Amino acid sequence: MTHWLYLHLRAIAHAVRRLAGQPLGTLLSALVVGIALSLPAGGLLLLDNVAGMARGLSGTPEISLFLELDAGEAEVAAIERRLKDEAALASYRFVPRDEALAQLERSGLGDVLGGLTGNPLPHAFVATPASEDPAMFERLAAEMQTWPRVAHVQLDSAWVKRLHALLELGRSAVLMLAGLLGLALVIVTFNTIRLQILTQRQEIEVSRLLGATDRFIRRPFYWFGGLQGLLGGGVALGTVWLGVRALAQPVAALAESYGAVFAITGPGPQESLAVLAFAAFLGWLGAAISVRRHLAGG
Amino acid sequence: MIVFDQVSKRYEGGYTALAGVGFEIERGELVVLSGHSGAGKSTLLKLIPVLERPTSGVVRIGGQDVSSLPKRAIPYLRRNLGLIMQESRLLFDRNVFDNVMLPLVITGHPPRDAARRAAAALEHVGLRGRDREMPAGLSGGEQQRVAIARAIVNKPSILIADEPTAHLDTDYAREIAALFASFREAGVTVLVSTHDEALFAADRPRRLVLRKGQLIEGGVVQEVAA
Repeated sequence: MTHWLYLHLRAIAHAVRRLAGQPLGTLLSALVVGIALSLPAGGLLLLDNVAGMARGLSGTPEISLFLELDAGEAEVAAIERRLKDEAALASYRFVPRDEALAQLERSGLGDVLGGLTGNPLPHAFVATPASEDPAMFERLAAEMQTWPRVAHVQLDSAWVKRLHALLELGRSAVLMLAGLLGLALVIVTFNTIRLQILTQRQEIEVSRLLGATDRFIRRPFYWFGGLQGLLGGGVALGTVWLGVRALAQPVAALAESYGAVFAITGPGPQESLAVLAFAAFLGWLGAAISVRRHLAGG
Repeated sequence: MIVFDQVSKRYEGGYTALAGVGFEIERGELVVLSGHSGAGKSTLLKLIPVLERPTSGVVRIGGQDVSSLPKRAIPYLRRNLGLIMQESRLLFDRNVFDNVMLPLVITGHPPRDAARRAAAALEHVGLRGRDREMPAGLSGGEQQRVAIARAIVNKPSILIADEPTAHLDTDYAREIAALFASFREAGVTVLVSTHDEALFAADRPRRLVLRKGQLIEGGVVQEVAA
């Protein structure tokens, strides 16, 4: 274990020396990797923010349960118990039929109700699901429809579906972009490592002559690729962070003009870690393919 | 220690470098391999660390058939051999000490022990105190001595040297030859190819002579006036 660790530490030191030994090349590679990665990273961040903003502007999606007109207090309480036990719900509120009528009158429809002898509106519950998954929405609604004394369940999910579809489309586009740019980054690293192998050809040959295993020879190149990717990931995060800083004020002003309060956020620690890990992985992958291709035999 | 049993090597294109070569070298022997250019000396030496494989025949090192050694086992064989080439093949971006340390780094020696052994190897070849210098600042003979220090730092049981004095003037070449003789005295098996057998004559090595890929002579080298 100590020997294994020593060999890795030595390989890291070797890779760091190589990176530091050619500062301009390292900087340019990190910029290429970073700028390319900042596009999908920024895109995903933008989608997350758009999703948050859409929620803020459109209100929370809800399910309305209308009870039968003659449902009594005991039946209302039974429905309430069921709602309380339903884990998929974030919250619910009871709307008594009198309150519903009062709301209708306040909304300017009092004249329409003038001709009626009694209150035509039933007791109702308005429930907020815990997630925005449309499939879960529909499952909940179908289940509630079977509850006793529930006359009608109204699913307020059309806009959620549209939003999800749009966000999914955006995510797919960004992921496709990430895939293409990721491939480009693998190629960039592949080429960088190829050049590294060429410049270190003599060292590799001498090491082989002295009994170095393939793993010993390859290890510094893997670290080189991974570290180069990591540096690129850092540049990508910096670029995204600068973008967020630059957009924060105009976006807040735009939201305010619609009467909303919205602040563009991110990237958080989790997203940052994911970008760094992804970048390091791509660098390692490019290095692994290059090493396999150019260090075969010997 | 080293056994060649009817070893032949034919390259692609049909050129035969070795044809039915057979000999044995005992532990602690100093053997000089001579012959004209193209006689097959380098090819023969390359078969021992499996830089090449024979077309037919068997090469045994310490009883182990290395001619059919799996690729993954080759590095471990080479760690037990000290290899010295015609050119020093030093790494010119590292100082003398780091060059000598390289085999110990490869074998994963603890750094402190490795440094001690590298210093001892440099002492043995007379380069103690030059360890922080870069190879480019050394003479050809000194560079070759660094290469020898690198070859012996792992305390190999066999030293293989391919024309180690080829590019050196006579004084440097004598120093190198004397070093090889000192290794034999330490119990190391030494196989060295050379154009200039006279350099080793005083040490009365066993002699192998190749001509056109065939071993034509084996025995004790005659005294030759320097």
